[in-house]
Amino acid sequence: MSYINPVKRAYLTIEAWFNVSFGPKWNPLYNLGTLTFFFFWIVLISGLYLFIFFDTSLSGAFNSVEYITHDQWYVAGVMRSLHRYASDAAIITILLHMFREFALDRYRGFRWFSWLTGVPTLWLVITLGITGYWLVWDELGLYVAMLSSQLVDALPFMTGSMARNFIGGQLSDRFFTLMGFLHFLGQPLFLIFAIWIHVKRLSFVEINAPVGLSMGSFIALLALSLAAPAVSHEAADMQKVSAVLNLDWFYLTVYPLLDYFTAGQTWVITLSITFFLMIMPWLPPKKTGPAAEVHLEQCNGCEQCADDCPFDAISVQARTDGARYEHEVIVQPGLCAACGICVGSCPASNPFRQQKTELVTGIDMPQFPVNEIRQRIKTALEKLEGDTRIIVIGCDNALDFSGLDSPGLHVMSLFCIGMLPPTLVEYALEHGADGVLITGCRTGDCYYRYGNEWLDQRFEGKRRPILRSRADRDRIRVFRAAETDCDRLREAVREFQSHIRMLNETRNTQGMYGNE
Amino acid sequence: MAMNKVMRYLLQGFNYMLFMLIVWYFSAQPAYRQLEEGQAVVTLAFAHAAKLKEECRVRTQEELNKMPPNMRLPTDCPRERSPVSIEMYLDDELIMKKLLDAPGFHQDQRVDLFHRVKVPAGNHRLIVLMNDDIKAKAPTYQYRQTVTLSPEQQLLVNFDASAGGFYTH
Repeated sequence: MSYINPVKRAYLTIEAWFNVSFGPKWNPLYNLGTLTFFFFWIVLISGLYLFIFFDTSLSGAFNSVEYITHDQWYVAGVMRSLHRYASDAAIITILLHMFREFALDRYRGFRWFSWLTGVPTLWLVITLGITGYWLVWDELGLYVAMLSSQLVDALPFMTGSMARNFIGGQLSDRFFTLMGFLHFLGQPLFLIFAIWIHVKRLSFVEINAPVGLSMGSFIALLALSLAAPAVSHEAADMQKVSAVLNLDWFYLTVYPLLDYFTAGQTWVITLSITFFLMIMPWLPPKKTGPAAEVHLEQCNGCEQCADDCPFDAISVQARTDGARYEHEVIVQPGLCAACGICVGSCPASNPFRQQKTELVTGIDMPQFPVNEIRQRIKTALEKLEGDTRIIVIGCDNALDFSGLDSPGLHVMSLFCIGMLPPTLVEYALEHGADGVLITGCRTGDCYYRYGNEWLDQRFEGKRRPILRSRADRDRIRVFRAAETDCDRLREAVREFQSHIRMLNETRNTQGMYGNE
Repeated sequence: MAMNKVMRYLLQGFNYMLFMLIVWYFSAQPAYRQLEEGQAVVTLAFAHAAKLKEECRVRTQEELNKMPPNMRLPTDCPRERSPVSIEMYLDDELIMKKLLDAPGFHQDQRVDLFHRVKVPAGNHRLIVLMNDDIKAKAPTYQYRQTVTLSPEQQLLVNFDASAGGFYTH
């Protein structure tokens, strides 16, 4: 069994725990991005309602928030609490999302772009929360305003003191118009743009969390809002500095630093952490294998590979080789994750073709071409012994199953299980395998995002190329497992072997009767 | 099977509750104490254009002759302003000292200061000294006052040269 770092092991264990209680479809750890979107929806809708009652003036801001909180507690008050708690929950899901990518090593290599753009996106979310607290204009709002201004004043290109505006009665209603503009429109627009950039290199971007998970999260937030409504501090008073503040640590953690460091030092600390996070994908860098290659002479321009690519690395263009097909595909090497899912998509990856010559498919991985996969299966089948000859096909990013190899069992690892052409399973069964066991990342999760799901859909006949009906489903087993599930896989293999043995015995018995 | 489903929902409920407890707790707890018991704050904040470093001087005819005709101004008025030195004492103890150069490429802009000091509440003798003229040997402005500070009070010390110097509010 290969070494699994303790962080990854711990994380996979927690994910497994959530699989028990939520199931793979609703597992919040598989839906951290969409869950964050869901919290943003709550923030947006509650924010729109709060805006109706919010008074964007120096004298009216605090009183309007008090009205929202106490006088109309049954709707606006609940909306305010939902607004706050959903914002806080979004920070947790974002941080967990980052931690997950880190723990599972999904932030380096071809994923550098998403990680790099994700870090400033987190800061945008935090600044959006900061201006929200500012608008309440209570003691906490004043604290945030004063300290934010001191931070801004410390920037080398700033002339004049912004912090000075908050003393001596220099503040006007216009300030709240500006802050309102920032919080209600400016920052959200920037955030939407940042999120768009963040997911730019992905296809099939999901923004809607599963209904069950959304409902559960909303009910939980609503219960919290009713049980512990969000309230303000005392009204902002320039003559007073509150000794004790109930900070929202999800958004305001940076401010206490100013009690221990100067504003300049706080910038250095914050920017250093940000910079470190941003360069993490190169500490050390992760090499991505050679990109997929298109073999135009075998490509009929069906576009299935472009449809299936989870990283938007394949595009379609007009045919350039004079063939009778309308389109051809091209791979953008800079975007290619080298997952091989496109190989599994290509109808030309059928191993029953070109059996006497080298199998050339429409799109292939140069480091592990489909011809070699077929050859390995063929050679393995010739060598397999015993009454249950089984081929186990898995992927490089789930558990290490190399130890399973035995005289009656051959294991083969692909880059991603989505790389497996369904016809290869048929091929193995028709060329002597008694059974094919397919493993790979856990259901609901895939190192390359959709390999698992595409395979399931191909096997269920919902996605091309499909597993044809002539393949004996009784001799095919799919067992999903993460790196920490070695024992479970061994158990599944044993169980599959007995199942195959039983099928073989039944077949032999039927054969005997047939002879009679 | 039904039991399994019930158990799953119960576990989900437990997880949601745990998540919401974290959200609730860190959204306002632990409380942050920015001032110790019985502390107040003195905030010194102002913007002030210091005196020019050098006075205007009349150019000699020889100097004017060397200049392009369109630039022959009879006086030379350097734009640089003096640095501003500030000292603040509380009960004769120095609690702040700064020397601020005038900002700008030509060091001709006004100095901006915002500085907060945490002090014990109670009666104090507050002294603020400022020198905004490089040629002056003594403070050009000063503020000496006995102040009574209550806990959590913020005493704002402002400055307006046209109003005679420092004032508090």
